[in-house]
Formats: sequence, structure tokens, C-alpha cells
Amino acid sequence: MLRIIRYSFADLIRSRWLYFYTGFYLVLTGALFFISADLSKVIVSLMNAILFIVPLVALLFGVMVQYNTREFTELLLAQPIPRRSIFLGQYLGIATALAISFLLGAGIPFVLSGIFLSGEIWNFSILLLSGVLLSYVFSALGYLLALINDNRIRGFGLAILVWLLLAVVYDGLFLLGLAWFSDYPLENVAIGVTVFNPIDLARILILLKLDVSALMGYTGAVFNKFLGTSLGMGLALIILVIWAVLPVSMIRYISLRKDF
Amino acid sequence: MRRITSLFIIVFSVLCTAPVLGKTLHVGADHPFSTILAALTAAQSGDQIIVHPGLYRECPIIVNKSVTLTGYGMPVLDALGEKEGIIIEADSVTVEGFEIRNTGYSYIEDRAGIRVKRNQDFTIRNNRLVLTFFGIYLEHAKSGRVTNNAVLGKPLGEANSGNGIHLWYCKDIDIEGNLIRGHRDGIYFEFATESRVRRNISEQNLRYGLHFMFSNDDIYTRNTFRDNGAGVAVMFSRRIHMLNNLFHLNWGQAAYGLLLKEIYDAEIRENVFQKNTIGIFTEGSNRIHYKDNDFLNNGWAVKVGGGCEKNDFIRNNFIGNSFDFAAVGNMQSNRIEENFWGDYSGYDLDKNGIGDIPYRPIKLFNYVVDQTPETIILMRSLLVEILNFSEKVSPVLTPAEVSDASPTMHRYSR
Repeated sequence: MLRIIRYSFADLIRSRWLYFYTGFYLVLTGALFFISADLSKVIVSLMNAILFIVPLVALLFGVMVQYNTREFTELLLAQPIPRRSIFLGQYLGIATALAISFLLGAGIPFVLSGIFLSGEIWNFSILLLSGVLLSYVFSALGYLLALINDNRIRGFGLAILVWLLLAVVYDGLFLLGLAWFSDYPLENVAIGVTVFNPIDLARILILLKLDVSALMGYTGAVFNKFLGTSLGMGLALIILVIWAVLPVSMIRYISLRKDF
Repeated sequence: MRRITSLFIIVFSVLCTAPVLGKTLHVGADHPFSTILAALTAAQSGDQIIVHPGLYRECPIIVNKSVTLTGYGMPVLDALGEKEGIIIEADSVTVEGFEIRNTGYSYIEDRAGIRVKRNQDFTIRNNRLVLTFFGIYLEHAKSGRVTNNAVLGKPLGEANSGNGIHLWYCKDIDIEGNLIRGHRDGIYFEFATESRVRRNISEQNLRYGLHFMFSNDDIYTRNTFRDNGAGVAVMFSRRIHMLNNLFHLNWGQAAYGLLLKEIYDAEIRENVFQKNTIGIFTEGSNRIHYKDNDFLNNGWAVKVGGGCEKNDFIRNNFIGNSFDFAAVGNMQSNRIEENFWGDYSGYDLDKNGIGDIPYRPIKLFNYVVDQTPETIILMRSLLVEILNFSEKVSPVLTPAEVSDASPTMHRYSR
């Protein structure tokens, strides 16, 4: 399996798109630093970009790589290699390549700016961590979608739909629901609903670092317990990891049964 | 004028104390007097009583002569859980260098570590008050100084905790350089006028770090209020000056850096509000100047309740707050000008340092959170950014009069 991870990783590393992706983060982060010297403001802007772009790119990469390497995969399948190793290996290769290029792109300007000397180091690490986790979650989802759908157009379409759902529509419905049922105590529900959206989870991880002061102002005991302590952060992290594990086990399940 | 007054006070006090330089009485195990009370009985006005290290169990010590009571090496006065520490009942008394502890708690009487009763020109300095119900209690006192004391309590609950330094009908008091911790209110002013609170640290108090009720013409400067229920509460008071203070980490469900209720003509200048749930909450307060303050990383920097007229918010820095401004009711007569807003995204084509388009600090999401507090969990999501943006382009729900017509492009450095 290691060899397949390495191969798929190397294959991606050579791809132009990945350089473009790294370059994009380099330029974005660098520009943000150039525009404003205020570190915490850079982190906020970068957070918006990460929650917006990382899922989209990871989804599309997952789908794209799966389709592009179809023939190679079929070749591998003819060899005496367990299916599990082929598919998981490919997925891990993609996800790791994405995560590393994100880390490099977003990290280098920060390191150059002397983040290690400032108090923002923790906010920044959380930011990088959630970016990496999101890369793993969404490339798995993309890979899975491509594995299920043999029709490429359908695969890409679904990927964009999933992204749109999780990035915007989900929160919109959530907001409407909260406003609609505002006469009822909704705090448990509100925390529960975020669990089902990895982008929201990642956002809350960062929120807990940036906006604790405001979050502490909310009167509900559940909120305070969840958001005011490290409990919330630990839970959000764990669930985010589960979010990465779930589609991966789906990939495994489907790849074992799929007829090529 | 104030400088002349204080000069006059200095000259006056020098003139008063000079002719009565009395004798010195020593109290301690191997000294002429073994108890403080015996020394007090023998003393005359103007004498100095020096208390040497040891544990003294003779509270309450009632000082009814104008003497100086000095502790060498922190002698301990233990009130044994049921008495007051020192009660000052004469003018011109100085108490310094004692550790007073353990007055016990009472629901019936306000027991104090040091109490000043109806007199003036007292000095209370360099004492340590540990586990006293009320720390220093001044009633009907005038022209006194309370400096460099440490008042350390243990917060039990609002009902059975006293105030660190408590003023009741006082005038012209200096409270300077004290450390107050673990009380109900750190410093409490009721009907206390023309007094000054300087360079104190008030922290971990259950209710307020500093609390004014019906007190006029007071000044507090260069204090630090940290981790209290609310940093400072000013209520029903006039002409309070609040300058150069730090309000820090006042976090929680009803936690404010500064709470203003029904106050008039106050100056709030050059303070720093950092990481409070609400930086300033103001209600029914008129003609207040908020100038040159820094609001950093608060939940809400400023929240204006109903009935606030003719207030000025000028040249403040708003940086990294989750919400910069919230307002209920009519803001028509208030001025918001020349502030620096971290979230301002306008431009400055004529390069005069003032942004060319007004900044409106109340965003749509503020409004949504006010209606349904649980939605705060959606803060900073893409959806919320889109909503805020569309509201910014064509405002419908956010009040148009809350707007800074001349936002600066650069942060004020202080």
C-alpha cells in the first residue's frame, strides 16, 4: 500500500494544478500580510478563504484524480494487489499531497512574518489544522463520489452540489430553522446540527479561538459548557476526524464490491 | 484648581502635624507594652505606637486618639472570626504595616478589617487584609488616604461576601495602589464625592471591580480591572472621569468591562477594553464623551441600550471585536466620528487619512443574533458574510443613523 500511496502522491506532486494551488495560497497569505500588519485580522481573512476554498478544491481533486487514473487503476486491479491497498493508497496519496501543498502555501508567509514570536501562534495552528483536516475529509468525499458515479459529468456535478450544500445552503437552512423556532430552547439542537457539517465544525474550532468573548456572552448553560471550555474544541476535533474516517470506510466498502 | 487644592492640603497637613510630634511607644513581647490596647490607653494625641512582629488577639482595636499606629515586620491582628479589626474614631489617625485577618462573615453586621467612623485626615497604608468580610470600610469620612494595601478575600457568594474598600457618605478620599481580590465589589462608592481612585488592581471579584452609586465628581485613572463579574459599574452618578484604565477579561453571561446606567456628563478617555464579553454597556446615560479608547478583541465592543442621548464616540480604535457596535433604540442625537474600525473596507482616494465612504458598524448579523441568540454559532460562516455584504449594499434592517461618516484609515497609535 505504501508504494501506491507514494506513487499517487508523486503523480500529484508533478501535476500543474497542485503547484497552482500552493501558489494561490502563497499569494493570498502573502498579500494579506502585505495589506495589513495585524496578525489576527490576517487569520480571520484567511479563515474565510480556507473554509471556502479548501473543501471545494479537495472535492474536485478527489473526483478528478479518481477519473484520470481510472485506466491505471484497472491495470493495477489486474495485478495481485489487494483492492483495499489500491484505493486507500490512492486516496491517501491525494489527500496528503493536498494537505502538504496547503500547509506550505499558507504556512510559509506566516513563518516568514515571524508568527512564532507572537501570541497568535495557537490561532494559526488551529487554522492550519482545520485546513488539513478539511483536505482529508473532502478529498475522501470527492473520491467516493467519483467511485460511485462512472459518468464524469455527473461526478463533477455532484461534487459541486455537495460543496454548495455544505458551504452555504446548510447554514442557510440552519439559520432559517433557528429563526423559525426561536421561541424554543435551541441550544442543544444548534450544537447538534453543526456536527453534521464538517465545514461548520472547522469553523467552530477557529471561532472558539477568535471569538470566545462573544460566545461566552450567550446565556445558555449548554452553550457555555460546550463553547467556553476545551471540551468543545476536543469534541469538534474528534468529530472532524470521524468525518474523514466515514467516507474512507465507504470507499473501502464500495471498492471491494464494485465491478470494473 | 485641583493642583492648588492638593498643594493646600499638603501645606495644611504639614502645619497640623508639625507642632504635635509626640513620643513613641513600643508594643511587643520584649517591649514596654505587651498589648496594643495598653499602649493606646497610655498614648496621647500625636504619639506614635510601634507594634513589633507577633500575633495580637485583641480585636477590635478602637483608636480614639490622633495617633500613628505602625506595624514593624507585619504584626498580625487576628479577629478570631467574630470581631472587627481596627476601628478609627478620631481625626488624623495613621494605620500602617499590619496584617489583619479573619473577621468572619456575618449576615447581621458589616464587619470590617479597618473601619473609619465619622472623621477625617486618616491614612491607611501598606496593610494586608486577609479574609476580612469588608476590607476597609469608610463611613462619613473625609480627606483620607488609602494606599498600597492588599485586600484579599475569598469569594463565597454575592450574599455573604463584603466589599474590598467600601465608601459610604465620604468626600475627598484618595485610593491608590491597592490590590483588591475576591470580594463582592472590589471598591464600592455610595454617596462618595470628589474622590480619586488611582493605580489599583481589582480582580476576581464576584460582582464589580469598582462600583459607583449616587456618587458625583469622582476620578478613576490607571486602574486594572480584570476577571470580575463586571469591570466597573457606574450608576446614578454625575461627572465621573474614567481615564487610562485597563478593563480585561471580564467574561461571562452578564459580564461587562464597563457598565453605565443613568449617568450624566462623564469622560471616558484613553481606556483599554480587552477581551471582555461586552466592552461598554450603557443605558439611559447622557452627554458622555467616549474618546481615544481602544476596544480590542471584545465580544461586543459597545452596546448602547435605550435612552442614551448626546453621547460622543470619537477617535476610538475598534479592532478584532466580534461585534463592534450594537444599539437598541434611537441613536439620532449621538455622534460617532473619526474612529478607526478594523473591519472598515472603504477607500481613501483623496489621501487625507479619512475614508471616503461612511462605515456602518452594525451589521445584519448583529440584528439576527439579537433576535435569536443561538444563531451566534453561525458567526463567520460564508452565509453570514454573504448576508452582511448584501445588507451593506442595500441596508434594510440595520439602523441608518449608526454610522461613522469620517472613519480613519489608520489605527491610532497610543
